[in-house]
Amino acid sequence: MKMFLFAKRNTKEILRDPINLFFGLGFPLVLLFMFNIIDSAIPAEANNAMFSIEKTAPGVAAFGTAFFALFSGMLLAKDRTTSFLMRLFASPMTARDFIFGYSLPLLAMAAIQGSITFLAAALIGLPLSVNTLLAILILLPTAILFVGMGLLCGSLLNDKAVGGICGALLTNIAGWFSGVWIPLDLIGGVFKQVANVLPFYHGVEAAKAAVSGNFTGIMPHFAIVLAYAAVFYALAVFAFRRKMLGHQA
Amino acid sequence: MSAITITGLTKKYGTVTAVDNLNLNIGEGELFALLGMNGAGKTTTIKMLSCLIQPTDGDAVLLGDSIRNNPNAVKQKINISPQETAVAPNLTVLENLELIAGIYGQSRENSKKSARELSTRFGLDDVLGKKTKTLSGGMQRRLSIAMALISKPQILFIDEPTVGLDVLARRTLWASIRQLRKQVTIILTTHYLEEVEALADRIGVMTKGRLAAVGTTAELIGQTGAENLEDAFVSISGGVL
Repeated sequence: MKMFLFAKRNTKEILRDPINLFFGLGFPLVLLFMFNIIDSAIPAEANNAMFSIEKTAPGVAAFGTAFFALFSGMLLAKDRTTSFLMRLFASPMTARDFIFGYSLPLLAMAAIQGSITFLAAALIGLPLSVNTLLAILILLPTAILFVGMGLLCGSLLNDKAVGGICGALLTNIAGWFSGVWIPLDLIGGVFKQVANVLPFYHGVEAAKAAVSGNFTGIMPHFAIVLAYAAVFYALAVFAFRRKMLGHQA
Repeated sequence: MSAITITGLTKKYGTVTAVDNLNLNIGEGELFALLGMNGAGKTTTIKMLSCLIQPTDGDAVLLGDSIRNNPNAVKQKINISPQETAVAPNLTVLENLELIAGIYGQSRENSKKSARELSTRFGLDDVLGKKTKTLSGGMQRRLSIAMALISKPQILFIDEPTVGLDVLARRTLWASIRQLRKQVTIILTTHYLEEVEALADRIGVMTKGRLAAVGTTAELIGQTGAENLEDAFVSISGGVL
């Protein structure tokens, strides 16, 4: 009950901020249509499917979840710095109420954001199928990873620092190293090796494999994302619980 | 009868002792003001009493329950209005009140009823549908205290309620706090001596983490031989008159 009340509050707090709506919903769609313009500009005889909707749609959907680090981090950091969280810490709410109350609305939003991105992609020409639903499910651990990163930063930093790290820095890192903005094969070398170590590229590749129906291609990438998500989410829970117990009050 | 019995309460951060061996009894329905300079240990004391941080040593019993042994029971009896306004900025006044009522276990119907009652009591009826981020500082403070009261606490902690408020907003808030006297045990921290004189039944003066003096305004003035509360406070805090 307390968890759902808190989750409802967090949903309203995020959705009533127009900047969140733009980045959460608008920006992935802008990106999708931009890639479509680039794809349309490539002559057919070039036989280059680099920016085809089958490749860009899952990439953009996966990249879009990066903004959930910003949303979760900013929300938590603001709740801390305005002492709203102190008020709630003095209430009978448990750590579980807080963690799930912050996470559940963002995961629901991630699923909705992914669905809208794929529906928009369908308007451009992406064939929808059961695989699309699978891709949306595959996106959720990537969303958990970003929510975990956000909650970790929000537990430790103030809202300005969270804005810089989860907004500017993380979205750029996720964008470049996911291969969504520029295919990694075009750059290669150390850049590609670093991208392979990080989870962002794997989140995109798992979603691409799901959309294309390449089921055996999902797991190698998906496992890496799951591992990263588990580690960052566990770190976030640990940092939050320490904060709740007043170790760094 | 004591609402709060504090025994040897101590909080250390590494080598720094924020609160040092605090011993104090606060009666039921009393409005007790904690005075002190910045860093005297007032907020740390409130945080320990409201189970936000654990004491390094000592204990406090709030209406029969220990903050060390039974913090969950203590949390059901208390509420806090923190130093900052501590409201959800994109929620309306009504939503903020209903949220806190719900978190303390009130049904949806009761939450609505309580929210209406508190909004009337604190003069928030006209702004119930407004997002709290659009309210003035004074209105936000009143909402903050209303949010703390909606759970019907037996003990209320109010941390520096009038910082940054203009005279009119401060006086309005004092009137709201006065309404609560004898109904709720209130522990108020503040820097403003006129606030203490206007509101408090008894005063505790903290200096460097220790409780240096306790008494009514008249008693503190009498203890120090000062002419007024400000001089008494300066004298107790070790300042220059």
